[in-house]
This record gives sequence, structure tokens and C-alpha cells, in this order.
Amino acid sequence: MTTAVLFDNVSRHFGAVRAVDGVNLEIAEGEFFAMLGPSGSGKTTCLRLMAGFEQPTGGHIEIFGETAEGVPPYRRSVNTVFQDYALFPHLSILDNVAYGLMVKGVGREERRKAAEDALAMVKLPGYGTRRPGQLSGGQRQRVALARALVNKPKVLLLDEPLGALDLKLREQMQEELKSLQKSLGITFVFVTHDQGEALSMADRIAVFNDGRIQQLGRPEDVYKQPKTRFVADFVGSSNVLPQKLCQRLGLKSPSASLRPEAISISTPWDGALSLSGTVSAHSFLGAVNRVVVDVDGARVAVASPAALTVPALGSPVTISFAADELHPMEDA
Amino acid sequence: MRSDRLNRSPMGLKIAAAAGLAFLHLPILLIFLYAFTTEEKSYQFPPPGLTTQWFAVAWNRPDVWAALTLSVKVASIATTVALVLGTLCAAAVSQTRFFGRETISLLVILPIALPGIITGIALRSAFSMADIPFSFWTIVLGHATFCIVVVYNNAVARFRRVSGSLIEASMDLGADGFQTFRYIILPNIGTALLAGGMLAFALSFDEVIVTTFTAGQQSTLPIWMLEELIRPRQRPVTNVVAMVVVLVTFLPILGAYYLTRDGDQIAGAGK
Repeated sequence: MTTAVLFDNVSRHFGAVRAVDGVNLEIAEGEFFAMLGPSGSGKTTCLRLMAGFEQPTGGHIEIFGETAEGVPPYRRSVNTVFQDYALFPHLSILDNVAYGLMVKGVGREERRKAAEDALAMVKLPGYGTRRPGQLSGGQRQRVALARALVNKPKVLLLDEPLGALDLKLREQMQEELKSLQKSLGITFVFVTHDQGEALSMADRIAVFNDGRIQQLGRPEDVYKQPKTRFVADFVGSSNVLPQKLCQRLGLKSPSASLRPEAISISTPWDGALSLSGTVSAHSFLGAVNRVVVDVDGARVAVASPAALTVPALGSPVTISFAADELHPMEDA
Repeated sequence: MRSDRLNRSPMGLKIAAAAGLAFLHLPILLIFLYAFTTEEKSYQFPPPGLTTQWFAVAWNRPDVWAALTLSVKVASIATTVALVLGTLCAAAVSQTRFFGRETISLLVILPIALPGIITGIALRSAFSMADIPFSFWTIVLGHATFCIVVVYNNAVARFRRVSGSLIEASMDLGADGFQTFRYIILPNIGTALLAGGMLAFALSFDEVIVTTFTAGQQSTLPIWMLEELIRPRQRPVTNVVAMVVVLVTFLPILGAYYLTRDGDQIAGAGK
């Protein structure tokens, strides 16, 4: 499989600030790749390094086998969908979409046709004569997408493209983006701080914190087997068991993750692990009850099906889980 | 309703407003009137008779033409210099962050806050110290100092509204620096530059103080007018020239007004 984007120990330091610090990643052609992390974690800087708006202070970047350092944005076969869409306010929608073709010297008729096709693809046929100011946020987002895709980029970079949309529109656009990516076969690199978005759309996720990749893998693996406490906290809401509980359960790692929905309040079955503690809090969340069990001072959250009765506060309980649900982590 | 009562202003206010406007504009009409007077030595009112002969006299006077050409040339070149330097400076200050940015912004604006007489004396002594002979170019330099400010102020305000991501988006879509300037930046700041250029031209065209200090033997139009008023010879010729100047400058300024108004609507449509 061809490598679309390669980061080899890439750093981008702004003075003393290490925005990106020794990042290694390899994005395959046709992959839907998400870069997930809180703001200031370096994910957007990585995207800007791919687009060419930033130059690395260390390391090496390749885009489809070609060195990217020193290549200006306008000579890269990547296009970006900006967070604020960055539509040109003085141009019509059609001229916005045709802009990339216009500056490349494509003829008027040909680029008009291509722009109209691109607008049809994002379900905005016939909007060409309007101005960006006359469109809603969701429509502007589609125009920004069409404007990038009309250039047939090898890699499409999306910088929190759904951030400004309301929930309903967001879910709809997630599906559309995913199916668009499948049908076009273009590599999508997607920056988001929304873990649900990353989990539902991406083929692979890189979780960023403090300029470094904390974990890189398939959504299921990142979700179920967080490697560090940060990933456990940021992606979903895994329990992090401290070292003394790990030792009791026979693990040598400094900590371990355990998902609330993998635990049941019952005596252990064959091959299962168990801990005992007291119920310290519970709340009703609809489909499940969230029961917090205090195990020697460590709080363990349990997602208990709503059909089961919730033990009273302060009552002693035994919690059990399959041994392979417990995942050792690298840090405490 | 409420708006009716508030929109109808009292008679006293209307009269005061009319009086204020009359105070501003009647003297200009008087200037026009004396362009047609038959009396050439003093401005007596009412004029003893009306004639159009001064138009022909003015047309045939070479010193009128010399002053007018000089003023147009100085204003054009000073405005061009100001457009280039003012735009570049505005771009640097509004689009990038660097050490001393605020200081530079202040230093650029300072010449227009200083009294013209200070600028004039400062330039005169600087030119003498550097042994630069006073000429056409020293007038241009003197005028450019305040023309740059006008262009800069207009451009910097508009640049702030052009978001940096527009420029990045243009580069991302394959446009190099020149294309980005031509297709994205210029259309967004064009009307501001036009307005700034018009204003700079008008300021340079009627500048007296700095010109007195930086000119050699040449007289620009305002200086020529001052000299004419002191020397009572064919006085109404000055009025004819003044009238032509008003008509000639009024039209482009009116045009600039409508252009920028239109431009603001376009720029505001993106919000």
C-alpha cells in the first residue's frame, strides 16, 4: 500500500513552546485518518505542516514519497477545508469553487462545468450565483468542501470542519463525509477534539497531547485499550486502576484501564477477576445506571444495565469482569 | 407613534441646521460669484457688473497652467508613492506579528498628528543638511509623508477585516503570492485604497505649509493663489481657477464616496 503522508520524527517548536514534538506517523493512501486531541495538543499544527503553512523545525515530512519541506502550499497536491471555511466574500459561490482551477489556468467553460459538478456532489446544485454571505453555516461548509475537492487533491485536510455546526447537522455531515471519502478514494486527514466524531468516522486515530502522539491505532483499540492515562480519560471514560489494585489482580504495570460497561456487579464466574468494595454513588443515565464503587480508596465506575436493581449506598458489593477486559497501561 | 414624534424635529433646530450649512457653503458661492465680476482690483459687493472674460484670461495665462500642472504632477506622484508604501506597511502591521509592531504603527501615523509647520521645518533642515537642492522631488517627498498616513489608515482598517485564513485558503488552492494579491487581497482592499488615494491626492493638491518649506522656485496651485491675492492684478482669475479646481476635485471625490459605500456593502456581505 502506498504511503500518502509520512512524518519522521517531526517537530515544530515556537521558541520554547513545543507545539509538535517528535511525531512519527504514516498515513496510507485512501485512509480516513483522524488526529484527536484537546486544543493546544499539536494536532492542528500537524495539519498545517501537511498543508505547508508551517515548516518543521526538525524531522522529515513526505507526501506521496516526495519531500515536503520547503515546498510552498500552492505546490502541494493537498487541499484544506478550513475551520472557518475561509470562503472568499467578494466572489460568487461558483467562482469560489472554481478558484483553484482559475489560478491554474483552466479555461472558463471547463472550470464552470467542474465547479457545478462539485457543487452537485455536495448537494448544492444551482447555488453558484449566490454569495457566501447568503448561505447558512452548513451550506458554507459544503461549499468549502467542494472548493477543495474540485482540485482533485491526493490528500484532503479537514480542520475541525464540523465544529461550528449544530448536533443534527453534524451527524448528517459525518455520514456524508464518510461516504464521500469512500466513493472518491481520497486520503482524508481530519482534525477534531470530539472523540465521538473520531471514533465513528476514522479508520485510524492518532491521539495527541502536548505535541506528541499518545496512541495511534484503530478506533476500537484506542477505545478499549488506552495505553496511557490521558487516552483513557480523553477517549471515553475508562476507569484507571492504580498500581496496588493492579498488583492484587496480578498485573505488573503501573496502572490499568477497565471500561465501565465491561464490569458487572456480581460474584465472579469461571476465569473472571473480581474486586470488592462499597457503593459510594449512583446515578440514572437512561439505558444504564452509573454505579461508583469504592475499592480501597479507588473509585471504579460501573455501567450497570437499567433493568438490574441498584445496590443501596454504602452496601458492600463484589464487582467482576473478564480478565481480557483489563488492559495494562504505560503510565501511572 | 413614537418614531413619528422623534423624527419630526423642532423648527428651531431646522433653522440652525440650515444656518450652519449656509455658513459652510455661502462663501464658496461668493468665490464663484466673483469669478464673473467686472471689477478686477477689489472684491466689492455687489459686483458692479458680470462678465465671462476672466475665463479666457485665465486660459491664456501660462503661470496658471504651470502651477496647475505642477500641483497635479506632485499630487499624482506623492499619491502613487503613498499607495505603494502605505499598502505594504499596512499589510505588514496587520497581517504579521513582529517586535516593535505597535511602535512602527505609531511612528507611521505621527506625521499627520504633527503640525504641518513642524514637518515643514524638519524636512527643510534635513534637506539642507543633506545638501539636497529644493526641487520638484523635495515637494513630492514632503507631501508623501502625510499621504502615506492617509493611505495606511484606510488600508490597515480594511486589512484587519480580511481574515488571514483567506490568504491561506488562496495559497492552499494553488495561487502563488502574486495571484493571491491580485485575486483575493486587492478586491478586498481596493475600495479602501481608492478612497485613501483620493484623499491623499486632495490633501496634496491644496497643501500650503509643507510646500512653502520644501519648494524651490516652483509654485504649486495653492501657493500661486496666495501670491495672487497679495498682488492685485486680474484678481478674478484666482476665482476662476478656484472654481475650476472645485469642479475638478468634486467629481472624483463624489465618485470615491459612492465606490467605497458600495465596497462596504460587498465586504459586509461576508459577515
